[in-house]
Amino acid sequence: MARAVTTQHKTIATAAAWIVALLIFFPILYTIITSFKSEQEAIQGFNLIPSGTFESYSEVQAQSGYFKFFFNSVLLSVGSTILALLVAIPAAWSMAFSPSKRTKDILMWMLSTKMMPAVAVLFPIYLIFRDTGLLDSRIGLMIMLMLINLPIVVWMLYTYFREIPGEILEAARMDGASLWNEIIYVLTPMAVPGIASTMLLNIILAWNEAFWTIRLTTTNAAPLTAFISSFSSPQGLFWAKLSAASTLAIAPILIMGWFSQKQLVRGLTFGAVK
Amino acid sequence: MATQQTRSLARFMMAPSVVLLFVWMIVPLAFTLWFSFQQYNPLNPIRDGFVGFSNYALFYSNPAFLQSILNTLTIVVSVLVITVVGGILLALLIDQPMWGQGIVRILVISPFFVMPPVAALVWKNMIMHPQYGVFADIARFFGAEPVDWFGQHPLTAIIIIVAWQWLPFATLILLTSLQSLDGEQKEAAEMDGAGFVSRFIYLTLPHMSRAITVVILIQTIFLLSVYAEILVTTNGGPGYASTNLPFLVYQKALLEFKIGQASAGGVIAVILANIVAFFAMRAVGKNLDK
Repeated sequence: MARAVTTQHKTIATAAAWIVALLIFFPILYTIITSFKSEQEAIQGFNLIPSGTFESYSEVQAQSGYFKFFFNSVLLSVGSTILALLVAIPAAWSMAFSPSKRTKDILMWMLSTKMMPAVAVLFPIYLIFRDTGLLDSRIGLMIMLMLINLPIVVWMLYTYFREIPGEILEAARMDGASLWNEIIYVLTPMAVPGIASTMLLNIILAWNEAFWTIRLTTTNAAPLTAFISSFSSPQGLFWAKLSAASTLAIAPILIMGWFSQKQLVRGLTFGAVK
Repeated sequence: MATQQTRSLARFMMAPSVVLLFVWMIVPLAFTLWFSFQQYNPLNPIRDGFVGFSNYALFYSNPAFLQSILNTLTIVVSVLVITVVGGILLALLIDQPMWGQGIVRILVISPFFVMPPVAALVWKNMIMHPQYGVFADIARFFGAEPVDWFGQHPLTAIIIIVAWQWLPFATLILLTSLQSLDGEQKEAAEMDGAGFVSRFIYLTLPHMSRAITVVILIQTIFLLSVYAEILVTTNGGPGYASTNLPFLVYQKALLEFKIGQASAGGVIAVILANIVAFFAMRAVGKNLDK
């Protein structure tokens, strides 16, 4: 008996899944809808059809200068990711291609550094940053985000690099390729997809990091996480403005995330689930 | 062919990552440990000096301490239960043949990409607000009194928000694992007359065990240090009803400037995280070696 899928079964599954999915997505959807309402509309009870005004968006930009924070977010997430890749690629490369007995221990140790609660070192880091003038500086925060995500970047690259067959490298070596040529012409083309997915996931993680980015910045280097936290104390009628600001803060990364679902699973589970 | 040369090259290439992470872990931690035995208040530096374990005693005798530990564990355990059970059910549902599966996946995964302060603010103001929130609208529609979530059930409210953020993650990973289950095995089990429930218990669940372990490990890391969600919603209150250990340490350090006590709290947080991590890592290590 083949597993014939009846239309009835499919219809029920479709309906159930769509209802659940829409419920889960609802807070985001409602925020987007509300961002196109006026402040008066926003508090007039449940209503899924906005009047379609853009006034909240222009007010958010005029009042708090969204683009400065957006620019900082882009700079911090992309910058910290590139820094992390520069440090992690050689490490992951050597772990994947000349593993030693200690490779697994080193990887586990790296992962364990992620378990250290950030608050435990908040004050020392704060002091170090203050005394070195890194407080509220983009470069300081970039280094911070790089260190936070470094273990994940190494792990992720390692799982990708490990899948590149070592025989190809040996064959290249036999053909007389130097180490440098081997890296540039053989390894790099095969490693690019893995590096790209690592980069994507890491940008998402850095973009959403909401402890250090809030605590170590005031105005100059503040990214969108800090921008949005300034809405935590209510300011009169601000529902539509809050929605517009929220939509602006999550839209870029939401769209990026949709394209990187597959890599996300792999990256966040350290290659354990593919 | 691992020659001496390639081996030292390998060590050389690994060095930057290892050194950076080591310094980043050890230096601040040493500072914290040192401060935890000091009286140190930037606002009142005259009384600074070595005080032995009194910071630990003070932090421990603070009524907020036990409450914050309890809150931390409540958040971790509740969110884990909700997301793992919910994630399995959702994964099973989405795995069924249906129309628009791709879009369903995208909708379900979306909350994971929402930065924590936005998630918390949206829930606080759009959904759970006692006057203008959607929950209040629904309650009024049925003629009930709207619930003041953050005033009356602050910890539950935070658990709901955090679970909403992590349910997509669990679902996505469990779904990926589910989809890698061999179709032939499933058919064989079906032909042998195994019903849905026994198929799930004897085939699907063991297959997903590795993914479940990974979900638990990774979520635990992040759930132990929930911060932004508390900061923008309840600020730990009312009283200490929704203060977890990280938040208590933050309050002591940056709001009260009791650095010694905050550091003692930080050391306790590290110990707690290590106990949890020890069990989690062991479970994962066992599962990953298979």
